Amino acid sequence: MSVSETTTDEFDDTLIAEPDRSAPARIRLSPGPTRRPTPEPAAPAITRQIVFDARGVWVDYGAKRALEDVTMTIERNLATALIGPSGCGKSTFLRCLNRMNDSIPGFSVGGELRYHGHDLYGPTANRVEVRRRIGMVFQKPNPFPKSIYDNVAWAPRNLGMKDGLDERVERALRGAALWDEVKDRLKQSALGLSGGQQQRLCIARAIAVEPDVVLLDEPASALDPIATASIEDLIHELKLRYTIVIVTHNMQQAMRVADRTAFFSLDENRTGALIEYADTKTLFSHPADSRTRDYITGQFG
Amino acid sequence: MRRMSALSPAPPLSGPAQERARRARLRLTDLRASRTLTVLAWIGAAVIVITMGSVGFQVIRGASEAIGRFGPLFAFHAAWIPNLNKLGGLSYLYGSLVTSLVSLVFATILGVSIGIFLALLAPRPVANVIGPLVEMLAAIPTVVLGLIGIIVISPFSAHTLEPLFHGVLGWTGLFGAPAQNGASLFTASLVLTIMVLPIISALSRDIFRTVPQELRDGAEALGATRWEMIRGVVLPTTVSGITGACVLGFARAMGEAIAVTQVVGNASLIHANLFFPGTTLASAIANQFESPQNSLTESALYYLALILLIVGVLTSIVSRRIISRGAKLT
Ligand SMILES: Nc1ncnc2c1ncn2[C@@H]1O[C@H](COP(=O)(O)OP(=O)(O)OP(=O)(O)O)[C@@H](O)[C@H]1O
Ligand SMILES: [Mg+2]
Repeated sequence: MSVSETTTDEFDDTLIAEPDRSAPARIRLSPGPTRRPTPEPAAPAITRQIVFDARGVWVDYGAKRALEDVTMTIERNLATALIGPSGCGKSTFLRCLNRMNDSIPGFSVGGELRYHGHDLYGPTANRVEVRRRIGMVFQKPNPFPKSIYDNVAWAPRNLGMKDGLDERVERALRGAALWDEVKDRLKQSALGLSGGQQQRLCIARAIAVEPDVVLLDEPASALDPIATASIEDLIHELKLRYTIVIVTHNMQQAMRVADRTAFFSLDENRTGALIEYADTKTLFSHPADSRTRDYITGQFG
Repeated sequence: MRRMSALSPAPPLSGPAQERARRARLRLTDLRASRTLTVLAWIGAAVIVITMGSVGFQVIRGASEAIGRFGPLFAFHAAWIPNLNKLGGLSYLYGSLVTSLVSLVFATILGVSIGIFLALLAPRPVANVIGPLVEMLAAIPTVVLGLIGIIVISPFSAHTLEPLFHGVLGWTGLFGAPAQNGASLFTASLVLTIMVLPIISALSRDIFRTVPQELRDGAEALGATRWEMIRGVVLPTTVSGITGACVLGFARAMGEAIAVTQVVGNASLIHANLFFPGTTLASAIANQFESPQNSLTESALYYLALILLIVGVLTSIVSRRIISRGAKLT
């Protein structure tokens, strides 16, 4: 948690300067033409690779509009936080990013949502492939009722990454700062772990397939402060390798872990909307919108 | 409710005294209800124990003559010649096991697939139409199913399925010239499949629905396809429940008498050829009990019932084992 934002930024710069680890060629969701997104006018001096590019995204659940006109870009190797009051569509938006909403009856999405230039909801985009690259960790830890080892090894096995499985599992567990706690009981049921350990196991499970992005939906809301701190430390580590999008109710947490913060709120019709999106420091110290200011100073509703 | 009324200012019509009286009344109703429930539960338990005990007792008493005469080897003798007092239960046991197992295999494959489809794959409106249809299948009286068996399934089994199987798997000896009217162990298995199918599909659908959405989401968020999610998460977490459903289906198939009698041919034969007529424990009891040739035959029929009972109990013990082992793994 002591990693300050400046050091992270420096690290990112060197990382971007390096030959790109995952050039877009590797990230091909569909055989369609690759459209390189033009940089936003307000983009910072260093142009980061844009991972998600949402333009006018809206979501309906049946006849009810849940989210209206979201336009934002999410950049590589940053942690982007989504904050806002309950029901404003944070989870909805997050779940659009890896198409987890697809199976909800009545769900429909519109506007344009691009991932590395590929239309996520385009006719040729493959939902399974999308999720393979964009991992997700849920609010409630949801380990499979299998052994710790099998929880982590399940997805790689599934995807045919069978070589060096043991090393892969160890790497994922180390990456999720869980290895030392479980290395002697890998064969035991994952349900025997504490809540915080289970959540880190879910993170390990997500990074075991080496995704490009990790989405976290209130990953620490069911955890005590110590477990929360370890998850937050972990997020600082993770964003060196992955792009992180995190939904949180806890504004201190957003300040601690996120480089960028997006504030969502409900409009008069109780439809969710993106109100303000900025560098975390800016958003919390100089909010541009009065609704943001009210929310972060606790004067909401 | 109570806490709310304690927190909010008392409404004008009820003072503290009324409130106390109301609470006392509530407590009394509570007490009475739980007393009644306890008594009912004990009565229920007693009825079960008494029934089980008297069933066991009656069957064993009825079978005692045959037990004394033939001993435990009765179950392993095939001959059934009442005139000569040569009686053995093997052909019945064989027929019961074969028809139940064959129907269980068919019904499990079909039923679990239907359960997966209804619980996890079908869009809601489709599931809402097909689900009740499956349950309606269970409401068809077995004697009617038996008629369908005679009119439709028997000829189909004899004239379409047998040649088909014979062509491909004739070398196994399991398939051979069918009886003219199509009555055979295989036909009985098909009729039993139809009877067992709704049990296994409805139960497995309900069991699959109990798998938490979070677990399924967790698998799908890892880039698993629907099928990988089902195979990797849904099936392993529900094996024990599904096994239980299958055992129920097996018990149902073992116990069915009427529909089987209508299509099985009722010949106490043991033959590898599934398309030969055969018989089962339950159908023999239903068939012959009206007019047994002599008291020894009647007693032997009781013995058949005893075997049926023992197989049933063994099945239930084995299934408990499997289920509790499944529970330990998760
Ligand atoms: N599966 C669903 N079906 C119908 N409506 C839904 C569904 N999920 C969410 N909604 C609706 O969409 C709106 C946004 O919900 P969402 O879960 O995205 O909010 P949220 O910002 O994540 O809230 P919270 O902070 O409480 O998690 C809400 O009005 C909610 O009722
Ligand atoms: Mg949410």
